Amino acid sequence: MLDAAKTHFQLFGLESSFKLDRKRLEEAYRALQAEVHPDKSAHLADSEQRLAMQRSTLVNEAYQTLKSPIRRARYLLALNGIDTQEETNTAMPVDFLMSQMEWREAVADAQKRRDVAALDRLASGMKQDTARLEESLAVKIDEDRDYEGAALLVRKLRFMEKLAEEIGSAYDEIDN
Amino acid sequence: MALLQISEPGMSTAPHQHRLAVGIDLGTTNSLVASVRNGISVVLNDEHGRAMLPSVVRYFADGGIVVGDAAQAQQSEDPANTIVSVKRFMGRGLSDVGDISQLPYLFAAEGQGMVQLRTAAGIKSPVEISAEILKVLRIRAEASLGGELVGAVITVPAYFDDAQRQATKDAARLAGINVLRLLNEPTAAAIAYGLDNASEGVYAVYDLGGGTFDISILRLSRGVFEVLAANGDSALGGDDFDQRIYCWILERNQLSALNPKDTRLLLTQARAAKEQLTEHDEARITAVLSGGEVIDNVLTLAEFEDMSKNLIQRTMQPLRRALRDAGLSVEEVKGVVMVGGATRMPQVQRAVGEFFGQTPLTNLDPDKVVALGAAIQANLLAGNQGGDDWLLLDVIPLSLGLETVGGLTEKIIPRNSTIPTARAQEFTTYKDGQTAMSLHVVQGERELVADCRSLAKFELRGIPPMVAGAARIRVTFQVDADGLLNVMAREMSSGIEAAIEVKPSYGLSDAEIARMLQESAEHAKDDMLARALLEQKTEADQLLDAVEHALVQDGELLDASQRAEIETRLNALKETLSSRDHLAIKRAIVLLNEATVNFAQLRMDKSVKQALAGKNISELEVK
Repeated sequence: MLDAAKTHFQLFGLESSFKLDRKRLEEAYRALQAEVHPDKSAHLADSEQRLAMQRSTLVNEAYQTLKSPIRRARYLLALNGIDTQEETNTAMPVDFLMSQMEWREAVADAQKRRDVAALDRLASGMKQDTARLEESLAVKIDEDRDYEGAALLVRKLRFMEKLAEEIGSAYDEIDN
Repeated sequence: MALLQISEPGMSTAPHQHRLAVGIDLGTTNSLVASVRNGISVVLNDEHGRAMLPSVVRYFADGGIVVGDAAQAQQSEDPANTIVSVKRFMGRGLSDVGDISQLPYLFAAEGQGMVQLRTAAGIKSPVEISAEILKVLRIRAEASLGGELVGAVITVPAYFDDAQRQATKDAARLAGINVLRLLNEPTAAAIAYGLDNASEGVYAVYDLGGGTFDISILRLSRGVFEVLAANGDSALGGDDFDQRIYCWILERNQLSALNPKDTRLLLTQARAAKEQLTEHDEARITAVLSGGEVIDNVLTLAEFEDMSKNLIQRTMQPLRRALRDAGLSVEEVKGVVMVGGATRMPQVQRAVGEFFGQTPLTNLDPDKVVALGAAIQANLLAGNQGGDDWLLLDVIPLSLGLETVGGLTEKIIPRNSTIPTARAQEFTTYKDGQTAMSLHVVQGERELVADCRSLAKFELRGIPPMVAGAARIRVTFQVDADGLLNVMAREMSSGIEAAIEVKPSYGLSDAEIARMLQESAEHAKDDMLARALLEQKTEADQLLDAVEHALVQDGELLDASQRAEIETRLNALKETLSSRDHLAIKRAIVLLNEATVNFAQLRMDKSVKQALAGKNISELEVK
């Protein structure tokens, strides 16, 4: 049923690609959890329960990895032997860094003014930019097989992810 | 029972393969136990027909313990030894409790861990006090279901952290309960609602209990309950509304620094006023304090709403956060389920209705829905459900992190991760020959360790000595389906498992639990007697009901002496009920049963005649 040697894609019976059918992933995930979840073996021996916990943990990990575009890309690149170097490689195009700084200033500014509407606008703009990056990532990985180029896009997405976290905490601060 | 009891074919109670399991809602103010009987989840009542057990425990100097209504009724008599709302202390330290001068208890000063209370019967931890409540519910369940439980699902607030969850599980162990699962209260409510109404779509569960507030966002689809986000405040509930009224009374009457008895008295009156205001526009508060001062005030609903406005406001922020974490807008929420007695307050319903732009669902009793859902899940986990089942995917409500240099936290498992979940991280030694290292695990969303909740310090020992930086210690943080954290460590180059010593910040050590278990084993005989007594009382009640009903229905079938005989034995049984002697009750049951054999035969003959006369047997009500 569960084979640790399988890739996350194989686990859910999906093709190894960045483009992904969310609905098929969800259905496969639920079907698999319905078999392995610890609730199914709560009445069995401790060893069975431990096994269920490990299996269910693995299925959750695989699902979370494939569900998130940035994690999915990172995982696909790792399968192809590419490290995305998010901690070590800080070389970024200047215009990207400039736009990131502008974003951040705008978020800090909205937070200071307690302007929820401005934050909403920033959040939706950020989502659009993220979606565009993800589209290019699909082309780079699935069509061009340009993994080095894809790694750069993953690093950019990591910036967007941090930006999303900052917008989230700005909402929280305004709420407080 | 000799008296004719007709039951539907296929509705026989407890076929032998049915495993007895219950759901327990261990609440701040009230606790309940429920079980699935004949396919339906029902709350199990005590011998007086009461469903709710007040979560109140009173300790006596002779070691006696009273739990529930009796303890609650006398709470202002002996406030220091009558513990209410103990759930607020679970997994909590003294500094979390707030202003202890507002509370009538004596706190044991020593130790930095979980608070301990000094009572007439000695120092008690909140775990032991909660275990007393759970024990009463276990005994009630065993008496009512007629056998030993294979286990229970115990509910906890979704926003409970690891220490609070562990404390709850420890309390169940102390009470002799096998915990099938710790289940989040809003999720339990969703099960009760969702399975009842075959709902699909995104639902929000707004759960304002006696002392805790939870909001959970779930997606229901084809038998899967998937929690998308949970948020809350584990120190906000109906108690705080009582407190507001209490302060208002003090202000109105220019009172200050009351003694514990008067404090408890006025808090009780405050609560009564709050309940009054759910149906009325004003409530009168009257009391006579120990110094003779007379309190007589009228509180209007408008005043109450005004003083409690910011409490309700405090629940709105978690609502917004949960929706944001789930990536959903208010419009995408199909229904809002209200749970917890405090959601009866009209201003709460109005605020939630305004937030979501729809009328919240209140068709299941907000006090019982959590226990009912927990019982349904317990039945599934015990393996009674067969093929017709469902899947529950819950989350961890607060991020888990590690302390890093400079008192900062590094998140290892983010909040709202579906459980079970795990994360492995590698560490290395920084000194030559280093054989031990320490990890500090915290829970919370803030960046500074000091702003998060300390869970435990893990000491890893037995790392093989190597040059600095050569050892690779892989530490795995595993969160199980109860939402509890386990930590494992292994040195990768040698494969040696490092020994881990856990020092919980607010929990009990294994040694303390062992000692408490030892002590409670000594009380096991009392438990058995209590259960036997309850079983006999339950049986007696059922028999008395049946006989009295039959006398009303068909009393004319008996002659005067037969009737007198039955009535004498009926009264004799009633008298034994107030005793604590289960054998005496049993004897009286046998005697009454014997006296009714002939009566049952007469009723049978009558019903057969009526049936032959073309009457519908269901009209006979021979139960």
